[in-house]
Amino acid sequence: MANNLDALLARAKSIREDIVRMTTEAGSGHPSSSLSATEVVTALYFGGFLRHDSKNPHWPDRDRFILSKGHAAPVLYAALAQSGYFPHDEIMTLRKTGSPVEGHPNMKRLPGVEASTGSLGQGLSIGIGHALAARVDRKDYHTYVMTGDGELDEGQNWEAAAAAAKFGLDNLTLIVDRNHFQQTGPAEEVLNMDPIDGKFTAFGWKTQVINGNDMREVLTALDRANAVKGMPTCIVSLTHKGQGILNLLRKLGDTNFHGKPLPLKYLDEALAEIAAGV
Amino acid sequence: MAGASSGGLQTKRELGKATRDAFGRALEAIGENHPEIVVVDGDVSNSTRTEWFGKKHPDRFFNVGIAESNLVGVAAGLAASGKTSVIASFAAFITCNAYDQLRMSVAYPGLNVKVVGSHAGISIGEDGASQMGVEDVSLACSLPGFVVMVPADEESTKAATKAMLEHQGPVYLRVGRPDVPKIYTVSSASFQIGKANKLRDGSDLTIVANGIMVSLALDAAEALESQGIKARVLDMHTVKPIDRDALLAAARETGALVVAEEHLAHGGLGSSVAYTVAELHPVPIRYVNLLDQFAESGAPDELLEKFGLTAGKIGEAAKAAVAAKKG
Repeated sequence: MANNLDALLARAKSIREDIVRMTTEAGSGHPSSSLSATEVVTALYFGGFLRHDSKNPHWPDRDRFILSKGHAAPVLYAALAQSGYFPHDEIMTLRKTGSPVEGHPNMKRLPGVEASTGSLGQGLSIGIGHALAARVDRKDYHTYVMTGDGELDEGQNWEAAAAAAKFGLDNLTLIVDRNHFQQTGPAEEVLNMDPIDGKFTAFGWKTQVINGNDMREVLTALDRANAVKGMPTCIVSLTHKGQGILNLLRKLGDTNFHGKPLPLKYLDEALAEIAAGV
Repeated sequence: MAGASSGGLQTKRELGKATRDAFGRALEAIGENHPEIVVVDGDVSNSTRTEWFGKKHPDRFFNVGIAESNLVGVAAGLAASGKTSVIASFAAFITCNAYDQLRMSVAYPGLNVKVVGSHAGISIGEDGASQMGVEDVSLACSLPGFVVMVPADEESTKAATKAMLEHQGPVYLRVGRPDVPKIYTVSSASFQIGKANKLRDGSDLTIVANGIMVSLALDAAEALESQGIKARVLDMHTVKPIDRDALLAAARETGALVVAEEHLAHGGLGSSVAYTVAELHPVPIRYVNLLDQFAESGAPDELLEKFGLTAGKIGEAAKAAVAAKKG
C-alpha cells in the first residue's frame, strides 16, 4: 500500500504538470478547476478503481468515468494520455484547430472520453443511463461521475439524484469536486447548496465527506463506495481550486483563477511548486 | 360544428387509429425481438403509448418521473452503452424543456436515441396552447444529425417506427393525439427515410404536406380537380433529410407549390421546402400553417377551422400559387 501510495502521489504530480503545461501552451482553459480534481482522477485511473483498457476503449465491461464538469477536461486528458489512450504529446495540441483534444471533452473525437460534456448538469443523468444499461445486461461494471460544486446549481442534477435513488443504483458513484469556487465567486455566495451531503442523504444516497486532496482519504472513500449495496454513493470531495500551485495563485492574488491559464513566465514556478508538493 | 362538412379531420376517408397508438403498437411488437431496445418515460406512458412496451418488458422500461432533462440524459447514457433508447413525451415538453440535453447529450455525440414527441399540433384540442407542440419540428431540425419524421396516419406511422428503430443515430418522430383518416394500407405503407410518397399526380401544382395535413391535401386536390386544377400531392413524411429529388421534380414539372403543415411558419416543413426549391428550381410557393402565434383551447376540429388548417385553405393557397405562376 505504501509503495502504491507513493506511486499514486508521484502520478498526481505528473498529472498536475500536464494540466499546467497544456493549458499554458493552449493559452486558455481551466487549470485551477482541473487541479482540484487531480487526486480523485488519479486514484480512479491509476489506483485500481477503474477497470479499463486503453487499447480497447469501447470494451463493454469497462468501468465508466464521466467528467460532468467538462471544463476540467485537462485533468481527464492527462489521465487518458498517461493511460495510453492516445500519444502523450497530443495533450500539447489542446484547444488548437484540428485537434481532438478540444476545449471540452468530445467523445466522438477522443478515445477514452465517455461523454461529451461542457454544458453543466448533464453528466449524472448520462451516468444513470450507463448504470441502468449494466443492470439490463447483467454486467458488473461501475460508473463514476464527477460534477463540480457550482454545477449543482443546475436543476437536472436533482432530477437525476432522485432517479438514481429510485433505481437503487449501487453501481453508480458521484464525486462532487467541492472546490468552493465557481466562475464569479465563492460557491456559497453565488448559490448556496449546503449541505451538499445532507441533500444527497435526503434524496436517498449514501454520502461521505472527505478531504479530496488527500490521496489516502480518496482511496478509502472509493473503497467504501464499492461496498455500498442498494443505493448510489455521493462523495463530497472537499478540495482547493488550484491545488498544487496555491502559493503561486496567492501571490498572483487570485485563488479562484477561473478559466485562465498560467502565463508562460510563471510556468517554471508552478512546476517547481508542483514538484515540491507543497 | 360536428358535421361532416365542418372540415377538421372528418374527411371521406375511413378513420384509423391515432398516430401515437400506431407508434405504441409498433414499438411493442418490434421490442419483442429486439432486446437492445429500452424505453425511458417521463411519467406520460399512458399518453404516449409506451406503456404497452413497458407492460411487456418491465426490465427494459424506466419511468424517471416528470423530469425531461434527466429523461434525455438517461436515454443518452443507455445509448452510449449500446442500447437503442426510445423516449416519448409530449412534443412540447420533450423538445422545449429538454432542448439543451437533446443538443448536448444526444445530437453532439450522435447517439442512438429515438425521441418521440406526441400530442403534437393544435389537434390535441381542449388542453390548450401549453400542451401543443407547434415548434417541435423546427427545434428538432436544428439538431445536427437528427432525422425528423412526421408521418400521416396509422399504417405509415407503424412503418415510420420500424424505420426509426432500424436507423443508426438520433431521430425525432412526431405523432398526434386524435384518430386520423386512413391514407395507407398495411401493404401500401412504405416509409423510406428521406423519400417522399407521391399520393396523387398532377401537372398544375404540387401540394407538399405531412402529418394530419396529408389527408386534407388529398381532399383539396379532389376539390381542385373539379375546378380544372390538377394537383400533385406529396406526403413529405421526412422533413430532414428532405427529398430534394421529389421537390426538384415537383418544381420543374408542376411549376408551383403549396406547403401544408400543422406547425408554426418558422423552421418547419415550409422553411425546408422553400430553402430547397429556392436553390434547385425557384417557383411560386404558398403556405398553410399556424403562422406565428399560440393557439388556444377548443374542440380539435373547430380549432383546425379557426386556425386555417383546412382543405379549403389549401385549395385557396393552391389557386394563389397557380396564379402567381402565370403572373
